[in-house]
Amino acid sequence: MAKADLIGGELWEQYSKKVADRMNNPLNFGELTEANAKEMGGKLVIANEGAESCGDTVRLFWIVDPKTHVIKKATFKSFGCGTAIAATDMMAEMCVGKTVDEAAKMTNLDVEHALRDEVDVAAVPPQKMHCSVMAYEVIKRATSIYRNVDISTLAEPDIVCECARVSLQTVEDAIRINDLKTVEDISDYTKAGAFCKSCIQPGGHEKRDHYLVDILARVRAEMDHERNPDKTMSADFDKLSVVKQIKAIEAVLDEHIRPALAHDGGGIELEDVQPGENGIVNVHVRYQGSCKGCAGSVAGTLTFVEQTLQKNLSDKIRGVVV
Amino acid sequence: MERIYLDNNATTIVDPAVRDAMDPFYCHMYGNPNSLHSYGIEVRPYMHQAMEQLYAGIGARDEDDIIINSCATEGNNTVILGFYFNLLKDTRKKHIVTTQLEHPCIRESCRFLEQHGVKVTYLAPDHDGMITARMVKEALTDHTALVSVMWANNETGLILPIKEISEVCKERGVYLHTDAVQAIGKLKVDLKDVHVDYLTFSAHKFHGPKGIGGLYIRNGASLPPLLHGGEQMGGRRAGTVDVAGMVAMGKAMELANTHLAYENTEVRRLRDKLEDALLKIDDILIVGKRELRTPNTVYVSIRGVEGEALIWDLNQTGIAASTGSACASESLEASPILTAIGADRELAHTGVRLSLSRFTTEQEIDFTIYTINKAVTRLRSFSTSY
Repeated sequence: MAKADLIGGELWEQYSKKVADRMNNPLNFGELTEANAKEMGGKLVIANEGAESCGDTVRLFWIVDPKTHVIKKATFKSFGCGTAIAATDMMAEMCVGKTVDEAAKMTNLDVEHALRDEVDVAAVPPQKMHCSVMAYEVIKRATSIYRNVDISTLAEPDIVCECARVSLQTVEDAIRINDLKTVEDISDYTKAGAFCKSCIQPGGHEKRDHYLVDILARVRAEMDHERNPDKTMSADFDKLSVVKQIKAIEAVLDEHIRPALAHDGGGIELEDVQPGENGIVNVHVRYQGSCKGCAGSVAGTLTFVEQTLQKNLSDKIRGVVV
Repeated sequence: MERIYLDNNATTIVDPAVRDAMDPFYCHMYGNPNSLHSYGIEVRPYMHQAMEQLYAGIGARDEDDIIINSCATEGNNTVILGFYFNLLKDTRKKHIVTTQLEHPCIRESCRFLEQHGVKVTYLAPDHDGMITARMVKEALTDHTALVSVMWANNETGLILPIKEISEVCKERGVYLHTDAVQAIGKLKVDLKDVHVDYLTFSAHKFHGPKGIGGLYIRNGASLPPLLHGGEQMGGRRAGTVDVAGMVAMGKAMELANTHLAYENTEVRRLRDKLEDALLKIDDILIVGKRELRTPNTVYVSIRGVEGEALIWDLNQTGIAASTGSACASESLEASPILTAIGADRELAHTGVRLSLSRFTTEQEIDFTIYTINKAVTRLRSFSTSY
């Protein structure tokens, strides 16, 4: 949230001139018939698509050259809002001259870009991006009809964000690779959730199969588990190789201990890990910053460090200050 | 381009007489009414006068309280959240009955309380779009503390049977709150005749300014304040009173009642003229019988014409109307009223609300009829379903 977001309601003012023009005077609306197709020596394709959530529907008409598979003419009909009409109109225009395979690769993002007045300014406000998705989906439908294949064969992997066409795998990878901690981070890295926001959490515009908050929580939990085996695995901690023990200790230091010490201007480094008697694991640490030389560092602070490592890894851990 | 305003259920023009009444309090009578000096003293008679107008306007008794606040959202939140601390939190009465038709400030307050262990029943409208006293009665349990039902619906204008609901609540010893923002200025609201415990209103819905509203609390119906830290409003709402707004609201309330007859004759006639013209269009649905609606509102679904697209076309010619189904609004779910009355999926997403006021003219309605017909022809020409 920022100053620009505090006053809402300027929805239509964010439409590009191209969107407004196409809403007022769509250039490609209308029906195509078998007679039209015959006249042009092409094959007629009629595809219907509907958005369950908002009740909008679109019908796309193509005349395709059966030899080259090039779309010779495209028109549409639409029951939808301004964005839906403008996006479908632009999409129909963009289909013409492309082969069916090329058209099938177009996305709603391509259509939105084509509707921009300025290359860096979005053609529609974020919450209207999802209205352009239907224009994209109807191409898939038309392609499946033309090729006479089931539409599921053209389906993309699990799409989390329809507006930005971001898959579940992409979101998961972004969280893992970049160690993302918030939904805002995910939007910054992938654009998922940056538009209509329905995919962020339940209660938005429309119901979704996946929500970013759930994906983030799940992947973070998996990452924590991998870095930092929980109590159920603590019995195995002393059986880990020293390298794996060091990795697990570092993860706990990063996650729980360093942020707490940094709060008071301090820090901590792992110096060594040494096996002791009766399965004891001695964790040698060196303080940094204000912890260094602090009176509490060998008492309260060390207890905190030791207990945090014990809680997360193994009660056989003992802290040793170097 | 001349503009025509047919979105009066969203907000209204400030009546010039109201504007004149509030003007001095921005210029030279700017004293804080809590001050002891002459600047404060001189504004107090006007506040008393405004209170008289408000009390008379809704038929409140001198023993009852009308708390001046910022808007109906504040009033509604005060009632719902106040009830949590008043009754729900520490007793076995942890149940609220409300409806699916309420403004989000009721719905979301209730959802918030659900997170704190309060049970809420959201009554669904019947096939006429109505909530009946019988539905309320059947929803009440021994644990119900509060019923909150709006007096008139903002979308359709349907007038809910508050008097009958109030009798049910009184009989069962349950507190009744009503959000009356759409009723005042359109219907006679007389609390001597209808037993409600809490009632909320907002000046900008009856030709007063935005940012000032009122919460009626019947004598004996307790409610903790939402804002603490001052003795204003008898300690029931802290914060310096917006004197100009309060004076304006008093004047607006008085004028609203003065014009009630006009609203129910001339405004109703213009609304009916518009509605008759809409009925000549094929495949439309108008929600609710005329005699059960506020005199200024018509809610129409036109097959093949998506609501927001129609609003766009009207706006291009300067006509302001509203849709409940805009896909930019908070949810894409169809209006509960349209779903309840059995509208199919397409119709349920086409609702457009036209709401008039005493400032609406015959010429404006004539031009609106012409424009809607033109827009419907255009939008149906490229509609998939028409």
